[in-house]
Amino acid sequence: MPEPAIAHAHQFESAEQQRDADTLGMWTFLATEVLFFGGLIMCYTFGRFSYPQAFEAASHHLYVGYGGPNTAILLCSSFTMALAVRSAQLGRRKALVGFLIATILFGLGFLVVKGFEYHTDYVEQLVPRWRFHWEGADAGHAELFFWLYFVLTGLHAIHVTIGVGLLTVVAILGWRGRITAENHMTAEITGLYWHFVDIVWVFLFPLLYLIGHR
Amino acid sequence: MSHTIVPLKTYATIFVLLMVLLGLTVGVAYLDLGALNLAAAMAIAVAKAILIILFFMHIRYGRKLTWVFAGAGFFWLAILLVLAMTDYATR
Repeated sequence: MPEPAIAHAHQFESAEQQRDADTLGMWTFLATEVLFFGGLIMCYTFGRFSYPQAFEAASHHLYVGYGGPNTAILLCSSFTMALAVRSAQLGRRKALVGFLIATILFGLGFLVVKGFEYHTDYVEQLVPRWRFHWEGADAGHAELFFWLYFVLTGLHAIHVTIGVGLLTVVAILGWRGRITAENHMTAEITGLYWHFVDIVWVFLFPLLYLIGHR
Repeated sequence: MSHTIVPLKTYATIFVLLMVLLGLTVGVAYLDLGALNLAAAMAIAVAKAILIILFFMHIRYGRKLTWVFAGAGFFWLAILLVLAMTDYATR
């Protein structure tokens, strides 16, 4: 049975100290995530610096018509996430659950678009090793670009999937009344994770889709 | 810290700004600015990230300690990129 919301767990001095610990713990995890994606961004930076023509030609095979709307979808999801956390802070249970469901739907929408995009990439023979055919110059380094594209967007999509799972759990907790104005940090730190995943995409979109000029 | 309840209007303004910046980054990509294309794309991406971090992630309303924790990851990323590229770029 759900217990009444407690002010803070026994290892903390105060509810405020507990909230600080929650926030700093999440930011520490996000710092490791920055460096997790950072290693791949380093590979990308080196590749783009060393083989600019191949990377630009390869980038022009990606569709801004997929990447652009997907960026908009994630920005919308961050907006609804911020509103969900605000509802949690104010103790508005139904608004919290509603905004979380909206965020989940945006997240799923992103994944559906990404799925269609991967299918297009497959049809156009842009999948390294598995199905890759390149007419232009420097096929090897164009293939390197697509390795980075699939690893970066694939890892990002896994993060979105995990985020959708976490948001579902928070929505269920919220629905059961386990998230209150005094005890809203579950929503807050899940929001931090979701916004971080959005920020990763904010960088991936121009780096992968908008090289040079179209 | 997270006790600050940000006004709806602030969130809405940030959201509109983010969408405008998205439009801008796509628009700029269709202009031929040479090397400035990359600089413009990165400047806009950094601006979007800062808006999200400061307002959606409540860093603006947080303690100084949270600033340090949030900055550390990006600082180390900068070390990774800058030091590695000083090697490659000067060979």
